[in-house]
Amino acid sequence: MSISIQHLSYIYSPGTPYEHKALDDVNLQIEEGKMTAIIGHTGSGKSTLVQHLNGLLLPSEGKIHIFDREIIAKQKPKNLKSLRGEVGLVFQFPEYQLFEETVLKDVSFGPKNFNVDEETAISRAKEALALVGIGEEYYERSPLELSGGQKRRVAIAGILAMNPRVLVLDEPTAGLDPSGTRKMMELFKTLNKEHAKTILLVTHDMEQVYGYCDDVIVIKQGKISTQAKVSEFFDEGNEIEEMNILPPALLRMKKMLREVGFKLDEEAKDIQSLAKEIAKQVKKHG
Amino acid sequence: MQKNIVEVKDLCFEYEEGAKTIEHVSFSIPEGSYTTIIGHNGSGKSTIAKLLAGLLEKKSGTIIIDGIELNEENLVKIRNKMGIVFQNPDNQFIGSTVRDDIAFGLENHCVPQEEMDAIIETNAERVGMSKYLEHEPTKLSGGQKQRVAIAGVLAMKPKLLIFDEATSMLDPRGKSEIKKVIKELHKESNLSIISITHDLDEVAASDLVVVMHKGHVDTVDTPHGVFDDEAKLKEMHLDTPFSMKLRRALEKEGVHVGNHITMEGMVKELCQSLSNT
Repeated sequence: MSISIQHLSYIYSPGTPYEHKALDDVNLQIEEGKMTAIIGHTGSGKSTLVQHLNGLLLPSEGKIHIFDREIIAKQKPKNLKSLRGEVGLVFQFPEYQLFEETVLKDVSFGPKNFNVDEETAISRAKEALALVGIGEEYYERSPLELSGGQKRRVAIAGILAMNPRVLVLDEPTAGLDPSGTRKMMELFKTLNKEHAKTILLVTHDMEQVYGYCDDVIVIKQGKISTQAKVSEFFDEGNEIEEMNILPPALLRMKKMLREVGFKLDEEAKDIQSLAKEIAKQVKKHG
Repeated sequence: MQKNIVEVKDLCFEYEEGAKTIEHVSFSIPEGSYTTIIGHNGSGKSTIAKLLAGLLEKKSGTIIIDGIELNEENLVKIRNKMGIVFQNPDNQFIGSTVRDDIAFGLENHCVPQEEMDAIIETNAERVGMSKYLEHEPTKLSGGQKQRVAIAGVLAMKPKLLIFDEATSMLDPRGKSEIKKVIKELHKESNLSIISITHDLDEVAASDLVVVMHKGHVDTVDTPHGVFDDEAKLKEMHLDTPFSMKLRRALEKEGVHVGNHITMEGMVKELCQSLSNT
């Protein structure tokens, strides 16, 4: 287990009239090398949880074990800086945080902060930019001149340049168009499968959970209500309906077809295998 | 004859000299219709919305809203006919309470105080925000903020409402709230709606679809017509509804079904083929 969270609670503004318990006795194990989705309504505590993973927020109660480090409530945390090098956190709308004069400077800013020499920082920045699909022709451009999708790629490259083992992404596709969204998700898949990054994805989009993730964690009012394999999670269905979440299109279609008398295999997980199943039954009757 | 709420003829616009953002765009939108505008990022959709609202100045061509030509002289008259709601719910608040915020436009139009309260209450009711009139807008959820923004423009009694990706920054609950409000507004009054969106379900349910590509209007058609040409949509980096994708997948398996833009339609047809024994 690379990340283990025990009895984690977090209270905003303790001792004031605004006191709010955002996380309430959270227990979690997150496996290394997996792509895990974190879902839940706005205000459920998703963002508060992920900000604990690199020590941006420190637990009010409980403890977090990440690789060989421990962050324990009410104890002075050690090695926070090196932790931040290992767990890269990409906020919502990360492009708002671009600030340097050129794309290359912006992306090499992170590694430079970790006492890496200029040359190494630049070469890491170039690697990261190549990973996110930003070509050399953009190196000297101002990041502010790029399109929305490109800006976001540059911002993600800035995190990747620090070469983290874990990448935490808070709604990384919000506001992107469908083709931008697809490209972004393919990028995360590549980072996960080919570069062995552990990925935590905060999302509202069930197509992303179903199509890309291995595991899913559901947060409800500051508590973990479910942790499951994605396949099992959608099979059960009950919790999704209760959460007022639209299931993936493929599953909605299967459900409707079953209701009118189709007998469909549980295994059909992509559109072509579903079509095959349908075709078999239609032809039987034809 | 059908009256058009919007007529755009040969419209051109550029942000910078020579960088043609909108090129020779023409289309008409019938009064009372629910029109969606689709296109990938950078295709010119939002620019069109801002041109219609007179927030950007065209380079050439004409825009006619409700029979009046949009020009400097008529700008105020036209602004009174339309309202626009933008993508980011945090960028459009002025008032310190929901009530003040809805009142803002009315105050600018010197509406007397005693009429104002009634207008504010009616429109807050229309978007389901009556209970929040004394709340601070910044403390609301994204969906609630957008509903307040909608109430603010409704208070001006527009004939045309433009939504510029008004749901794209909201969570699923907020999205469905806003889509429901827009749908109800369209049904209950003769409001014309233009919605710039990536939401395929919303597009499928609209009367008319304008497809933008690289600053041009590529197609103006019904959702059926637009989604029929899958290859072209793909070329324009646009997505197709699930039912269209399944139709293509079924063809590969030797099953031919009609062109359905909704899953329900397709299920109905497939169901009939099951009973044909």
